[in-house]
Amino acid sequence: MSTPYAKLPAWADYGLIPLINLSVAFIVAGLVVVLVGENPFRAAVILVEGAFGKGTGIAFTLFYATTFIFTGLSVAVAAHCSLFNIGTEGQAYIGGLGIALVCLSLDSTLPWWLLFPFAIVASAAFGALWGFIPAYLQARRGSHIVITTIMFNFIAASTMVYLLVGPLKPLGSQAPQTRNFVGGAELPKLNWVIELFGAKIRSAPLNICFLLALVMAFLVWLLIWRTRLGYEMRTYGHSPKAARYAGISETRIVLTAMMISGALAGMMALNPVMGDQHNVAIDFVSGAGYVGIAVALMGRLHPVGIVLAAILFGMLYQGGAELSFEMPSITRDMIVIIQGLVILFAGALEHMFRPYIQAIFASFSPKSVGMEAIKGKGA
Amino acid sequence: MDIFIAIVQILDSTIRLSVPLLLACLAGLYSERAGVFDIGLEGKMLVGAFAGASAAAVFHSALIGLGMAILMSIAFAMVHGFASITHRGNQIVSGVAINFIAAGSTIMLGQAWFQQGGRTPALQPGERFEAIIWPGADAVRDVPIIGPIYAELISGHSILVYIAFLMVPFTWWVLYRTRFGLRMRAVGENPAAVDTAGISVAWLRYRALICTGILTGIAGAYLSMVQNGGFVKDMTAGKGYIALAALIFAKWKPVNAMFACLLFGFLDAASIRLQGSPLPLIGKVPAQFMQALPYVLTVILLAGFIGKAIPPRAGGVPYVKER
Repeated sequence: MSTPYAKLPAWADYGLIPLINLSVAFIVAGLVVVLVGENPFRAAVILVEGAFGKGTGIAFTLFYATTFIFTGLSVAVAAHCSLFNIGTEGQAYIGGLGIALVCLSLDSTLPWWLLFPFAIVASAAFGALWGFIPAYLQARRGSHIVITTIMFNFIAASTMVYLLVGPLKPLGSQAPQTRNFVGGAELPKLNWVIELFGAKIRSAPLNICFLLALVMAFLVWLLIWRTRLGYEMRTYGHSPKAARYAGISETRIVLTAMMISGALAGMMALNPVMGDQHNVAIDFVSGAGYVGIAVALMGRLHPVGIVLAAILFGMLYQGGAELSFEMPSITRDMIVIIQGLVILFAGALEHMFRPYIQAIFASFSPKSVGMEAIKGKGA
Repeated sequence: MDIFIAIVQILDSTIRLSVPLLLACLAGLYSERAGVFDIGLEGKMLVGAFAGASAAAVFHSALIGLGMAILMSIAFAMVHGFASITHRGNQIVSGVAINFIAAGSTIMLGQAWFQQGGRTPALQPGERFEAIIWPGADAVRDVPIIGPIYAELISGHSILVYIAFLMVPFTWWVLYRTRFGLRMRAVGENPAAVDTAGISVAWLRYRALICTGILTGIAGAYLSMVQNGGFVKDMTAGKGYIALAALIFAKWKPVNAMFACLLFGFLDAASIRLQGSPLPLIGKVPAQFMQALPYVLTVILLAGFIGKAIPPRAGGVPYVKER
């Protein structure tokens, strides 16, 4: 199926249009700020200063960004295969279970650099398993992946609540969480990197998971655009019929894509669990999986875009926290609204401004939108 | 006799708990039957609950509250329509967006307007929908068997409960006995055929979404103005998704939808009732298992192990006129 829209130059397609969509989302968000009686420009200044003004702010921004890089990549890998994985939230939650099992049994015996690889494998494996079941049901039993992954989010939540108020809770404790991990389960911080640039950091949870996230972003790029499997996934994403005709096994592609997606989602749990809280608590994912949808859409499903979008959302989270101190009528829920608006304008209304931009481009130079080619064909 | 009373009580709370599910489920039925997937039921209910409770508190009238709930819910349904019908955006993405905007804005506006941590002011007697006691309910209460059933189960609910259950035959009638219903079902199966007959696909789908908005608005109003005396943040707590599950479970049919919602409502009621107490034969069932059961059942159904759920064929696909 050809796209119903004429071609634009690449820079407009990947730069201008997302920028316009994003601006509209923020303008609407600004209107919400006006609605609660605050000045949106002052709010924006406080937000950016809170996120990048001090070293501690930068470290927190990057810490949140790390989480969102993982979930954004997770959503993107599935989306390249035209699978909408809303289950990132649940996969990350179950990924945390994998980390808990590894850390609870090995944290006092192994140093972090031995424990970390085990935890990575465990989180990825548990996340992949939670992605595997909906994928299998889609590929073999024809159930819709969106609905199944939503259901699996709830099943994951119930399972984890059951485990965290029951078997995983230490005796005599009231809080629904595992015991605190010791020694080996604490990942080294990266704050010294920011301190090299002369900034002072009090205490911030930025840790080596940030580097892991960047490595995974590179690997995802390699997978999608430089391997045979990635090519097959994109083929299937564009046209399942074409993929079938080319002899690509539908089951294999759907299962692989969802397992990679689930694994990336599971690895997200490493950042808050081993990098910050050092335990697994109820609802530790707290919506990061859903942020991943916004991040992936905003980053146009490309790892570079995802890293940038994740940093932007990290900024919103960190700056939003500062903002709610300065302007009490703007709560942290402002971020949720912005997230929704970004999903709406960069996702569902992605093509809203495209016809106008095409008209503008066409009036300047018809060649740039391929008008001549169409005329040549006699269309 | 004690067991009988307990059963009546569980059934009574089953009815109360299944009402929001039923309204949301029928709401989803309209839009999905017209070929528009709607996972934004949750968000629209939340908006309805917030708008209803705040308008009722400000204007001191339950009816104005209900009207506001319906209006705001329709407004959000129209955003969904604008994105997914007019601009042919991805329906799932649009639904997700609506859920987020609803979740965030209800808390933030609630905090900014009422300063009670995202709650709306507690509703006074005239601002809520009160229970309607049917004639003679108190007189027959002591009659064995029939008495408690009449007094507890049939009488003593608010008007919205009766509306919800009346919506079931009404929806059936609209869907299978009216021209609008026929066209709506057709547009969900084969929009090109409807278009060929000279009927606007977009306008039909918009009308279906208006129905969705009305029903999610009532569902929200029920949550904040009947079940609870005011809005509490995130008070829908996944009910929109359970309704979606019920819709699939019901295979997109109105009467089935009622039974699916009653079943899921019963599971909820039973899990509250049985908290901590053991069941005969099975032993102690963790509450989390009962909470997860609707989702598990839906997954099993979707996988085709209990019959087959076949969604409307054109669902999720934006309609593009041939050119």
